[in-house]
Amino acid sequence: MSPLKIKKGATSHSAYNLRPNFSDVQESHTLAIIVDNEAGVLARVIGLFAGRGYNIESLTVAEIDHSGNLSRITVVTTGTPQVINQIKAQLGRIVPVHQVNDLTVEGQSVERELALFKVEGTGDKRVEALRLADIFRANVVDSTLESFVFELTGPSEKIDAFADLMRPLGLSELARTGVAALSRGT
Amino acid sequence: MAQKMTGADMVIQALKDQGVDTVFGYPGGAVLPIYDAIFNQNGIRHVLARHEQGAVHAAEGYARSTGKPGVCLVTSGPGATNAVTGLTDALMDSIPIVVLTGQVPTFMIGSDAFQEADTVGITRPCTKHNWLVKETSKLASTVHEAFHVATTGRPGPVLVDIPKDVQFATDDYTPPAKADLGHYQPQVKGDLETITELVEAIEQAERPIFYTGGGVINSGPAASQLLRELVGATGFPITSTLMGLGCYPASGESWIGMLGMHGLYEANMAMHGCDLMINIGARFDDRITGVLNAFSPDSRKAHIDIDPSSINKVIRVEMPIVGDVAHVLEDLLNVWKARGRKTNSAAVKKWWGQIDEWRKVECLKFEQKGKVIKPQHALARLEALTKKHDRYITTEVGQHQMWAAQYLGFEDPNRWMTSGGLGTMGYGFPASIGVQLAHPDALVINVAGEASWLMNMQELGTAMQYRLPVKQFILNNERLGMVRQWQELLHGERYSESWSESLPDFVKLAEAFGAKGILCSDPDTLDDAIMEMITYDGPVLFDCLVEKHENCFPMIPSGKAHNEMLLGEADTQGVIDAKGSVLV
Repeated sequence: MSPLKIKKGATSHSAYNLRPNFSDVQESHTLAIIVDNEAGVLARVIGLFAGRGYNIESLTVAEIDHSGNLSRITVVTTGTPQVINQIKAQLGRIVPVHQVNDLTVEGQSVERELALFKVEGTGDKRVEALRLADIFRANVVDSTLESFVFELTGPSEKIDAFADLMRPLGLSELARTGVAALSRGT
Repeated sequence: MAQKMTGADMVIQALKDQGVDTVFGYPGGAVLPIYDAIFNQNGIRHVLARHEQGAVHAAEGYARSTGKPGVCLVTSGPGATNAVTGLTDALMDSIPIVVLTGQVPTFMIGSDAFQEADTVGITRPCTKHNWLVKETSKLASTVHEAFHVATTGRPGPVLVDIPKDVQFATDDYTPPAKADLGHYQPQVKGDLETITELVEAIEQAERPIFYTGGGVINSGPAASQLLRELVGATGFPITSTLMGLGCYPASGESWIGMLGMHGLYEANMAMHGCDLMINIGARFDDRITGVLNAFSPDSRKAHIDIDPSSINKVIRVEMPIVGDVAHVLEDLLNVWKARGRKTNSAAVKKWWGQIDEWRKVECLKFEQKGKVIKPQHALARLEALTKKHDRYITTEVGQHQMWAAQYLGFEDPNRWMTSGGLGTMGYGFPASIGVQLAHPDALVINVAGEASWLMNMQELGTAMQYRLPVKQFILNNERLGMVRQWQELLHGERYSESWSESLPDFVKLAEAFGAKGILCSDPDTLDDAIMEMITYDGPVLFDCLVEKHENCFPMIPSGKAHNEMLLGEADTQGVIDAKGSVLV
């Protein structure tokens, strides 16, 4: 039997340093969760992530079936494969949750986000912003002599790229919806 | 033609339709209409606790000892917040309870009204599910759904928050048959392919072990019966967690004792050395596994659990089977029998030889000498003098709890009520009250420590009021024994705040409530004192003064593996003085 080596006077101990040696590769997954559209259901989902220390990268929620009283929550989360599996299993335990789909592993999926960019500026910068918006197929949805509001839809990476370009050109406000996603095909 | 009634009457009618005979509760402003309805009927007995926490633990004791859901009724605000510890306790140990809370009227919600609290918000993470009912027409249906959710799948606590105006208003009553139970229907049948894979593993295993837990008990009496049949037929050794004690009899041939942090040496060594681990209704809790990367390194593992989130949560298993224990065991037995009831009996016999070697360590051996009662001796005597009785045991939390698990034997499920997951000091006394109400003629004993017992001592009033002859067997060491033990072993013997000064005279305390107090400090009079406790017809406070510095062994120190147990004081001697790495 090996001796228990404890230094007399030692102060830092924890009974809970028990992390498993599972794969520690961080993966990003998009989950689609179909829930009863009832009071507090979003709080249950978010509370699960907060209470168990899971990440939320993006979150969207809206009613999708009024007569069936169903909402769809799309969560982009990161974690090790074991954590991702736990997240799905824990979500499945929530009583008003009907279905949890991991769009990242269940075949191919389409992911889209909508963003609004307010870009303020005059002269060359203003022209350049408009030119880039055209390249990105962003729509101008509001305009003054000193500003534009662009509307852009696409994968998150495209939104990121456009935001990076707009920043030096006078990006003053940015609003993003978060990811909405569907699996491809039937 | 639907029956019209007030919301308050609906609650009572719904409880009756759900087969409820006992409600534990405490009245207050926001539940007065329901208390009015209780006053006007005889079908349901209301038991007045002395604190809402006591009411919830009593409901837990009732539920654990009967297999039926326990029911609580408390008021809004502080009534609800006081119930939170009990709800969390029930969630951790998967105990089906239904808590009904009053709420301020719907039109006052959000106004910081008197005794208003966001009850569904506060209890969301500590219930399996909860509801705020805003319309009387939905009240009865919601109560029925609450019972459905609490008792199906992995059982757990649910809460229904009922605003006062909803209780007053009148509407149509929905009987259980017409209630909308939602879509919640957990899977109970296990995957046959994986079950067959497990059967193959059972046929080949050389060093198998059954590792069972509270899930067997929650699954119902049939699960325990099937487990006994399976263990008897295979001859494999079986161990259990704290929560699963009684699912296989302690006197059974294949029983090798409880496992875990304070489990038996042979059980932990067998877990470490096995080549096939069959987890039935347990959840690889950290008190069971010890350090994870050294947990049973050479075994294939099967895990039978009704909750998919328990699978691969902490330990990766090769054979996950999601389903109800009784259903899965039935299929497992059928497949195994159909394939010819094979086991590798020669190898298993050799394995038993190894287990018998480990047993020779006699890890629970102690010596009662001198004039001070050893706590182990007190429990060994309690076991000897009560085991032939129709006996139910509850415990508080700490050293006494572990000793009770080690020295008391359980022959049947639902006889052992303890706070496992949450470790709630103050659980045992109210739980014993709930047990005694469900089993009026049984001998109900709460094995307690003096510190835990004081946490819900007000319930002595409840025991007296309902003439419940619960026996409070207090192992009094005037210390927070487990805290003291950890401070001795892990914190350089700095006994910070683990000594209770100014303890009450428990005999006088009992007498102040009208109960009986017995003081015992002499090993020679212990048997007579225990007999006096058993034969007295009424609540007894048994103040058993025990050795103050006794440590609970065996022990797997935190961060260590199953094969690194400390067996007794001798193992710790060098340890405490050792200069070396700091334990994580």
